[in-house]
Amino acid sequence: MNRRLLSELRLVRLPFVLTCVLTLLLAGVVLTQAAFLSNIITRVFLLKVALGDVLPSLAFLAGVVGMRALLVYVERRNTANMAIRVKANLRDRFMSHLMRLGPVYIWGRRTGELTMTATEGIEALDAYFRGFLPGLIGAIVIPTVIAIVVLPIDGLSFLVMLLTAPLIPLFMMLIGATAGGLAHRQFTQMRRMGAHFLDVMQGLVTLKLFNRSQAQVESIAHITDQFRQATMRILRVSFLSAFMLEMLSTLSIAIVAVEIGIRLLYRGIGFEQALFLLIIAPEFYLPLRALGARFHAGATSLATAREIYRVLDAPIQRTLIPSAPIPEHLNIRFEHVTFTYDQRSHPALNDITLDIPFGHKVALVGASGSGKTTLANLLLGFITPTTGRITVNGVDLTSLDINQWRERLAWVPQKPYLFNTTIAENIRIAKTGASHAQIVLAAQAAGAHDFVSQLPQGYDSPCGEHGMRLSGGQVQRIAIARAILKDAPLLILDEATANLDVENEAIVQTALSNLLRAPDRTALVIAHRLNTVIDADSIYVIMDGQVVERGTHDEVMAHNAAYRELVRAFGEDTLDA
Amino acid sequence: MPDTAAKTLRRVAEYMLPLWRSIALSVLLGLLTVASGVGLMATSAWMISKAGLQPSIAELGVSVVAVRFFGIARGVFRYLERLVSHNTTFRLLAEWRVRFYRAIEPLAPAGLGDASSGDLMARIVSDVESLQEVYLRAISPSLVALLTAILVTLLFGAFDPVIALVMLVFLFAGGVGLPLFAWLRELYFGPALIAHRAAFHISLVDHIQGMADGLVYGNGIGRPGALHELNREYSVQERHFAQSDRLQTALGVLVVNGAALGVLAVAIPRVDGVYLATLALAAIAAFETITPLAQAAITLGQGLAAAQRLFEIVDTKPAILENGSLAPTIAPKDYGIEFKHVSFRYRPDDNPVLDNLNFTIPSGERVVILGESGAGKSTIVNVLLRFHEFESGTILLGGRDIRVYTPSDIRQMIGVITQRTYLFNTTVMENIRLARVDASDEEVINAAKQACAHNFIAAMKDGYATYVGEDGALLSGGERQRIALARVLLKNAPIVILDEPTANLDAITEQSIWQSIFDATPGRTVLIVAHRLPKTEQLNSLIHLTRYSAHSG
Repeated sequence: MNRRLLSELRLVRLPFVLTCVLTLLLAGVVLTQAAFLSNIITRVFLLKVALGDVLPSLAFLAGVVGMRALLVYVERRNTANMAIRVKANLRDRFMSHLMRLGPVYIWGRRTGELTMTATEGIEALDAYFRGFLPGLIGAIVIPTVIAIVVLPIDGLSFLVMLLTAPLIPLFMMLIGATAGGLAHRQFTQMRRMGAHFLDVMQGLVTLKLFNRSQAQVESIAHITDQFRQATMRILRVSFLSAFMLEMLSTLSIAIVAVEIGIRLLYRGIGFEQALFLLIIAPEFYLPLRALGARFHAGATSLATAREIYRVLDAPIQRTLIPSAPIPEHLNIRFEHVTFTYDQRSHPALNDITLDIPFGHKVALVGASGSGKTTLANLLLGFITPTTGRITVNGVDLTSLDINQWRERLAWVPQKPYLFNTTIAENIRIAKTGASHAQIVLAAQAAGAHDFVSQLPQGYDSPCGEHGMRLSGGQVQRIAIARAILKDAPLLILDEATANLDVENEAIVQTALSNLLRAPDRTALVIAHRLNTVIDADSIYVIMDGQVVERGTHDEVMAHNAAYRELVRAFGEDTLDA
Repeated sequence: MPDTAAKTLRRVAEYMLPLWRSIALSVLLGLLTVASGVGLMATSAWMISKAGLQPSIAELGVSVVAVRFFGIARGVFRYLERLVSHNTTFRLLAEWRVRFYRAIEPLAPAGLGDASSGDLMARIVSDVESLQEVYLRAISPSLVALLTAILVTLLFGAFDPVIALVMLVFLFAGGVGLPLFAWLRELYFGPALIAHRAAFHISLVDHIQGMADGLVYGNGIGRPGALHELNREYSVQERHFAQSDRLQTALGVLVVNGAALGVLAVAIPRVDGVYLATLALAAIAAFETITPLAQAAITLGQGLAAAQRLFEIVDTKPAILENGSLAPTIAPKDYGIEFKHVSFRYRPDDNPVLDNLNFTIPSGERVVILGESGAGKSTIVNVLLRFHEFESGTILLGGRDIRVYTPSDIRQMIGVITQRTYLFNTTVMENIRLARVDASDEEVINAAKQACAHNFIAAMKDGYATYVGEDGALLSGGERQRIALARVLLKNAPIVILDEPTANLDAITEQSIWQSIFDATPGRTVLIVAHRLPKTEQLNSLIHLTRYSAHSG
């Protein structure tokens, strides 16, 4: 996963090189600062030079400090831009890949999780590119440069540094390897601690209904405390790693200090050099310790990176092929179509053959889960048949330009989505550049005009998360208005019964009949209402992914018991609507 | 009105009071950690300076020991400090959870408005969690930094007051100036970044959740162009915002090293040369606690915003005061329900949702209240359950004014099945037993059998011991409603309210759920609230609820 993330750097090669160069310069400045500081102190302390005579040196030292701050500034700016560019690029790739994977990929997952990956997941990489990676460079470059400078001054200090420096990453890795599992356990433990509380809070009304809500006070305290103890047991071990790092660096500084102190005593080293070593020793360990602190953030990034690449690596089923223009007169055939969803053993559709001739209204009936929606998804081009083929006027659907194909169809899904924009725009997406009059006309035909014009902002009312709360029936009618405005030769209709009250249902019913009435419109209807079925040219009864009966209403009624059961369940009250 | 930041901080601090001993200990350990760091550098510098004067080895003896001591002590103190501070944080978290739960429990669902939704609860939970950051990364480090600053100033003052003054200036710049700078910049530039992030997020949700609609219709909205543009704008904002971080870091470098330089410059003519290195290096070491404060200020700002949201909820007055233990339990005469001229509105300036509503449900009858969405069907249920206080009129429950009962007595009488049943992340058995905690396994299983839930439960991996997952992710809509029915049956409530229990189910499941409900509730008062008529003949009467009125039919 590390290599995968590093490969993202190809986008920012130059800034990356710049980071390395800046770090190198920073090491130089740090050494210069230490050298001047020790020089000034030596001159004042041992050579009894007056303040006035060291003033130029002090001024120069101030300049060096300024330089150090400047370098830090430029380096931070550089890495920040690097991280921001990589993230923006990943977000673009993530979304365009997701668009190409299509809606069926999304339906199989929790949309919340995908959104989280695209936003907070990619955001978490910030810690890797802005924290861990420059930290790693710093931890390699700065100690190396310092060690090289220290070698000719004091061999023993060099040796202490040489021995301890590799121990730090080694410890980090060693403890990291065991702590990998440990960190994971710690993470799950912490999540559980929060999850229980969330569970209680979200179920608060339920608890209250059963008079159990006050009893939860003790339970919250008790369980949180249990989780605290479990978490602390893990933390006690994982803090050990930090303890070892801390110990290693401070003890090393102490060893260097005592060693040069004693050598100084026996005139084995000059005071200035000794002081220089003491000043530089913490600077040697600082980047190593900083890396230790960033190690955890880096590890978290790697975990989220896995989620990101899982989406980016999902194979795309359909490639875009340009094709001849698709005519308006559509004759569609399903020829022995079988479809199996990923990671399922049973096919959702099994050897389906059906005809949708031009101008016909074809109804699909069957219990939920029988495969009706899968059939619609195939026709919409969201998925392609595992075996068998769908032909349009004799041409395989997979060889058609999918965008052109979709321009030929209108779709009213069971749960239409309203985009985060105005109602007018939500209808207009069906036909770019449609005039306001056209939109109103479509809304009127869909039975949506009355409720829309009653809204305070009318057609300009915002929809979506932060907009109006529209009822299921109202959203349905806007989707029908879209279909009416688009006026496409093929209509795919997924009827909805849930969430509609009696009054709404009658309006939606009329709107749908208007839409279906056009003689040159071909339609595939997933039927939930009896009169749609009765009016259909042919009915297919689907059970467990297979066509068990086909014919007109009377034919199927006569032959199929399951259909009679369904008709009874549809309810007689929709008959006369 | 939201509290000011200062008041919020005080309230957060009050919540920490019960654990002041642990907090004091962790702050003390934090201080000892820094003191060891300062001690290590100061004694090392002194030892070397002394050694430069070529004394006898005996004169260095103490300092050698001190250097080694500080070298070890620092790691040990740091380790202990981490243990104590994390333990304290988790204990604080437990304390906060209980406190906020206590405060929010009486509010649900009325006082939370729309808010009883899972989303709001999720926000409350994460807000409570972010308070731990306030303690761990802001309050505790600030206290340690303050004590360090005092200690170091006193130490330097022992050499010379002018040196102490110079050090104090730099400490102030790093410990107050920089955090203030960071905080102000966050306050100034933060909202723009958040706004852009939100815009991107909303568009992202549009693209993901509306992908199918976008692909079929999408001219403009469903295509990646707009998203790409928002992504670019967001990046530009991020760049602006990153300016704060680098300014803050660079200024931090300037302050720390400037302090060493400043201290050295004023110390040269004032103190014996042997102490120069000691002072300069001690100054640098002392800043270890000071420089992180800039980041702490940002954390504090975010944490206080979370606390403010929490306190706003906590300060809401509950709709109905529950003092269950005080009122004596009064037995109802029967289990009929009667609304007489009942009016209710959610907010004083809203239109009434229930306006002079009258209806009667005789004890033991099944009645459907039918109405379009927005007619106030669910409101009737909420008023009856005493989640909301009604404005005028009388509600009779079991022949007595509903106000003579405690809310908890009323909920004891009534079993409810709603549109979507909440399931807790525990076993099926415990999820049903919730209805009556002292019920035996047999009683739970009996209830499940009556609710026609036994077969699918028995077919699950671990039967009744199967964990249902987060919010019952493993169960279908129909199965949920059967569990809900089993709960109501186990509770054995004489009144059953069904609030559109089949709203999200397909026609066949809907039928069989109704059947199970009617089969299992003979003799009870059943109130059904629905927007379409259940297909059954087993009803006694029907009330049509149109907006503002009800009439029997």
